[in-house]
Amino acid sequence: MEHIPTTWYLLLAAILFSIGAGGVLIRRNTLVIFMCVEMMMNAANLTFVAFAREFGSTTGQVFVFMVMTVAAVEVAIGLAILVELYRHVKSVNIDSFDSLKG
Amino acid sequence: MAAIAVIFSKNAVHSALFLLLNFIMLAGLYILMSAQFIAALQVIVYAGAIVVLILFVIMLLGAELGESVPTWFTPKNMFVALLSLILLTLAGTAVKRNFPENLSTLNTPSDWGSVENVGMALFTDYVLAFEIAGVLLLVGIIGVVVLSGWERKIEEIGPTPIKQLPDIPYIQQEDIF
Amino acid sequence: MGIELPSLNFGALLPVIIVILTSVMVLIFDLALSDKRPLGWISFVGLMFAGGAGWIQQSMEGFDPAFQNMAITDGYTHFFNLIFVVGAGLSVLVALGYLGKKGLQGGEYYAMLLLATSGMMIMAAGTDLMIIFLGLELMSISLYVLAAINRYSRASLEAGIKYFLLGAFASAFFLYGIALIYGASGSTNLNGIGEGLKAVPKGYEALPLFGLGLLIIGFSFKIAAVPFHWWTPDVYHGAPTSVTAFMSVGAKAAGFAALIRVLTVSFGFDGSMFADNWHVAVATLAVLTMTLGNLTALAQNDVKRMLAYSSIAHAGYVLVGVVTGTEQGISAALFYLMAYAFMNIGAFAVISVLEQQDAIGTNLEEYAGLAGHHRVLAMLMAIFMLSLMGFPMLGGFWGKVYVFLAAIEAGWIVLAIIAVLNSGIAAYYYLRVIVHMYMSPVSDQSHAINLNSAMQVALGLAAFGTILLGVMPARIMDLAASSGLFG
Repeated sequence: MEHIPTTWYLLLAAILFSIGAGGVLIRRNTLVIFMCVEMMMNAANLTFVAFAREFGSTTGQVFVFMVMTVAAVEVAIGLAILVELYRHVKSVNIDSFDSLKG
Repeated sequence: MAAIAVIFSKNAVHSALFLLLNFIMLAGLYILMSAQFIAALQVIVYAGAIVVLILFVIMLLGAELGESVPTWFTPKNMFVALLSLILLTLAGTAVKRNFPENLSTLNTPSDWGSVENVGMALFTDYVLAFEIAGVLLLVGIIGVVVLSGWERKIEEIGPTPIKQLPDIPYIQQEDIF
Repeated sequence: MGIELPSLNFGALLPVIIVILTSVMVLIFDLALSDKRPLGWISFVGLMFAGGAGWIQQSMEGFDPAFQNMAITDGYTHFFNLIFVVGAGLSVLVALGYLGKKGLQGGEYYAMLLLATSGMMIMAAGTDLMIIFLGLELMSISLYVLAAINRYSRASLEAGIKYFLLGAFASAFFLYGIALIYGASGSTNLNGIGEGLKAVPKGYEALPLFGLGLLIIGFSFKIAAVPFHWWTPDVYHGAPTSVTAFMSVGAKAAGFAALIRVLTVSFGFDGSMFADNWHVAVATLAVLTMTLGNLTALAQNDVKRMLAYSSIAHAGYVLVGVVTGTEQGISAALFYLMAYAFMNIGAFAVISVLEQQDAIGTNLEEYAGLAGHHRVLAMLMAIFMLSLMGFPMLGGFWGKVYVFLAAIEAGWIVLAIIAVLNSGIAAYYYLRVIVHMYMSPVSDQSHAINLNSAMQVALGLAAFGTILLGVMPARIMDLAASSGLFG
């Protein structure tokens, strides 16, 4: 099989991470922000797997397994909170969650 | 890459679909790296469960258009774009010159990513992590049940004034486990 | 292929296991009991058992790595377990008094609180970034739920979603940092990282350095250090007060537990550029955190928000201890966190007694003339405020003294001076509360206050701890110094 150098994977992950981080800060739709966070986590996963291949070790892969568990739980909880909040606010725009200002 | 499209779509559903595309492409990359186990998980967990869950909530809330008029070139957005560019440059330079070249992927055995090998590591060296992940899932289940409100609760609360809330059927989010 | 099951040494994680089992027990009893109050007491007893188990462990054995070097129970872990047990135990008692009033009494609350505690303990015990990450998430996710648990209150849900979004964002940074460090060192084990980084040749340091930076950003979110603190006031304000008390103490202590271990074990070796770099980075964080936290707290009129900013400032003081990187500095930081646990939960307990409705009764104006109505309550609040301020002979005072002395001895004199100046600024807003309570004319409206037994015990214990740490700091300091992080 052809071997793509690890660096390419790492650069792709860096790009993905930066786009995700930028998206979190720019977008106002809470759901899109969720997605951007997922994208950042995926960038980290890609980095893990690329490095794990470099070292020929399983550590990185086990870590990715854990990250996926965490991501699943996080999304479930986050969406549950959001759905509840939506009943009060009728919006998913984070600028409308502003009742706490002091 | 589809990632750009995720943040530039006006419609949240389109964003989610682009995210799906993004995840599936990543799964392809994992297969290229011969990490079959992770690739399978990527498709099942991310593409199968997480994106579907997000899409479901988007449609449930009818929240496709969170931002009424997206204006892209505001000073704040330019600033954020600049920040993420800086982040990218930093990360890029960091990973480009990562390590001495004597390490090579060519010595990596081709079955390093097989289910067997990962499973072995998971249940021997990383068994503690595995158990904590189990507890984490417990937290997820309890948390969602608490938040999506057990109907029993409402009767018990009694005296506290509850505003009449419109009925939105609550979702059984534990499904993804 | 046969699997060789490793020897596991479950005993080493006994306190964590006890806490998790207690939470399961609470859930089971929740189904059987219609009166939820015993559940709180079950949680409390479970926590006491966990503390006792930790105590026995400490006297029994040396420092055992457990689970293939994934976790360790050394003096450091024991000390933090003690802080978490104190924090969680007091929070349970406060919750017993508070939740009934809000109509939130329920087994899930205690179960989540216990699970969050177990996450914190795992963070303190973990010697592998994977375990630390999972502990962090276990803690954070439980806290997201706790913050949003009052689902009839918009403020609580907003606090939950804000905490969730920023927490998840921070986790992503943390994760990417781990990934890069793994790439640089070939390991996620803290000792392994230390070894791996020593082998990194000149000119290739960019990768681990960037990873370390991301890691510190991730932790800074958790301990609420400036400039990653904007979520704190909103979340502390919106969440139910009993949750805020737990969050401000437990999450912060756990963040510090993992941060200190990572920095000293993996990046602390002498003569490397990593050590120099993180010292400078953390010192900058400390200065920003103290100063901005204190200055913003001056402008607050809501007691909960004021305490939120003050908690940011306190994170700054603890960071001063961390910066030194010396044994003395770390022990001082540990002592500070212990004192902070008592006095901060105490202060929030008083607030939760006075709080009547959703976010009403936390405004400073409503504390006017409190001393006229409720002498004891006002006196307790005064004790906690004075201790937070650093008044001599109270726990907070010795915490500050130890931290500042350690900083001076390690040669961070400018930092120590800034810290002392900051405590001066802080005195203003703490004293303002006391002045309002004692000097203002008694307002006509007197609150109907019911202090139930759990709340009385909580307040008593918190005040007792604060004073005890002030009267005989040497004992606790010895315990903190025997943490064994330095071998």
